Amino acid sequence: MIRSITQQKPMEEIEHLLEGMDRIFVIGCGTCTTLTRTGGVEQVAAMAEDLSARGKVLTGTTVVPVACDNLAADILSEFGARMNQADALLVMSCAYGVQTMASQLGQMVVPAQNTLFIGKENAAGQFNEICTQCGTCVIGETGGICPVTTCHKGLVNGPCGGTNNGKCEIDSNKDCAWTMIYNRLKELDRLDSMRTYKKPRNHLGEPGPGKFLIPAE
Amino acid sequence: MPSAFKKALDSGKFVVTSEVAPSKGTNLEKMAHHVELLKDKVDAMNVTDHQSSVMRFPSLGGALLVKENGGEPILQMTCRDRNRLALQADLMFAASRGINNVLCLTGDSVMLGDHKEAKAVFDLDSSQLVAAVRTMERGKDMAGNELDGAVKFCAGAIVTPEANPIEPQLIKFEKKIEAGAEFIQTQAVYDLDNFKKFMDYARQFDAKILAGVILLTSAGMARFMNKNVAGVMVPQNLIDEMAAAPKGGALKKGIEIAGRMIAQIKEEQICDGVHIMAIGKEEVVPDIMSAAGLL
Repeated sequence: MIRSITQQKPMEEIEHLLEGMDRIFVIGCGTCTTLTRTGGVEQVAAMAEDLSARGKVLTGTTVVPVACDNLAADILSEFGARMNQADALLVMSCAYGVQTMASQLGQMVVPAQNTLFIGKENAAGQFNEICTQCGTCVIGETGGICPVTTCHKGLVNGPCGGTNNGKCEIDSNKDCAWTMIYNRLKELDRLDSMRTYKKPRNHLGEPGPGKFLIPAE
Repeated sequence: MPSAFKKALDSGKFVVTSEVAPSKGTNLEKMAHHVELLKDKVDAMNVTDHQSSVMRFPSLGGALLVKENGGEPILQMTCRDRNRLALQADLMFAASRGINNVLCLTGDSVMLGDHKEAKAVFDLDSSQLVAAVRTMERGKDMAGNELDGAVKFCAGAIVTPEANPIEPQLIKFEKKIEAGAEFIQTQAVYDLDNFKKFMDYARQFDAKILAGVILLTSAGMARFMNKNVAGVMVPQNLIDEMAAAPKGGALKKGIEIAGRMIAQIKEEQICDGVHIMAIGKEEVVPDIMSAAGLL
């Protein structure tokens, strides 16, 4: 299952974002940030404690089941009075949840997280970004491994000169996408696919911001 | 008209190229000094493009400086900082000013340099940049529009003969040649027996190959490269030789080793020439060439 992967902002940054706002209501998310332990019940409680210690008044806390669901506002309605007393809502979901709250609640909303990527859990507690939703999928030619995402430089014609021992130029803990693709294609006896010159990528898959409407039947 | 560098490559002579690194700032005296020192000794000078992703005077400006001072520039272009519009524009500008050699590179990650938070581009890769040069030589831009005046380049690329694993690198190498690379400057090679094996393979392609020679300046620098520079492998015997140099004599030893390697490459006709990288020590390139018996 894919998840929105987040990392809590440094407390100094959160404090800066909350400057001049003394009364805070903290909202967590029961889905992605619970799974990544950045915005579940425990982290919300810890944040409330930390903010209290920094002199903030906590008007309340809660963890909604799915912060990016349009129903989140309805669910939060039971906290109406306590939320209204707050100068700001500190949201410990990913940016999808933060923006859903911002558009529905009519209150100052502050994110507690940086949203890193949409990732897949490959092992317990380990998430990897394997697709960046570029809109022009090339993995039919690369053995099902996305070079646009998995290669740090998004190269489509093979590795750069920075790869070393099958690892990436920027991090010896990251696998080189093109070593992986080479190995996969070799296994499948499809190396010709890697030998074929790929034209420059089409970056016009879906001009940002992406928008999609199911056609009327 | 072919560039002077292209003529040198086609002449069958042992070709020597070197590097000049643009300055950090607008004071170009040091670069001009290196150009003056090298212009009559080497066949061409590569002008690096924000090498290691460190922001510097542009390679295009550096190549102009080489040209204006009577040298033969090889414009290094990476795909890190410019999209296809900017790359094509710079190619036209270069061609219009008599810069007719280009080395097409992917470019290091911005994370390795001094502006780590910059947005990296990589709209094209090195093989696509070579192909773009060839397209523009036919009087068209990458979108298929007519150019009012085409470009003309001797275009090259690089390869890392010591990469591990080597096969993916060789596939990319072949794509670069297929895209139109006429010359290849290699990453530094130190183990010439290994390099000969690479050349046994590379000879089948219609591209001139210049072996990369990086000047060793100390045993520590050699160990540092082994640990940190992808595809560079300095054998232990050379590290020992550097370490055994008398105090203050490491540079001299490095010059001797580089000269010896170049002499062997030429003597045994291992490849078509050498590309000397004396990183930060450009003023000793003539000494290296003397040690190799080239001057």
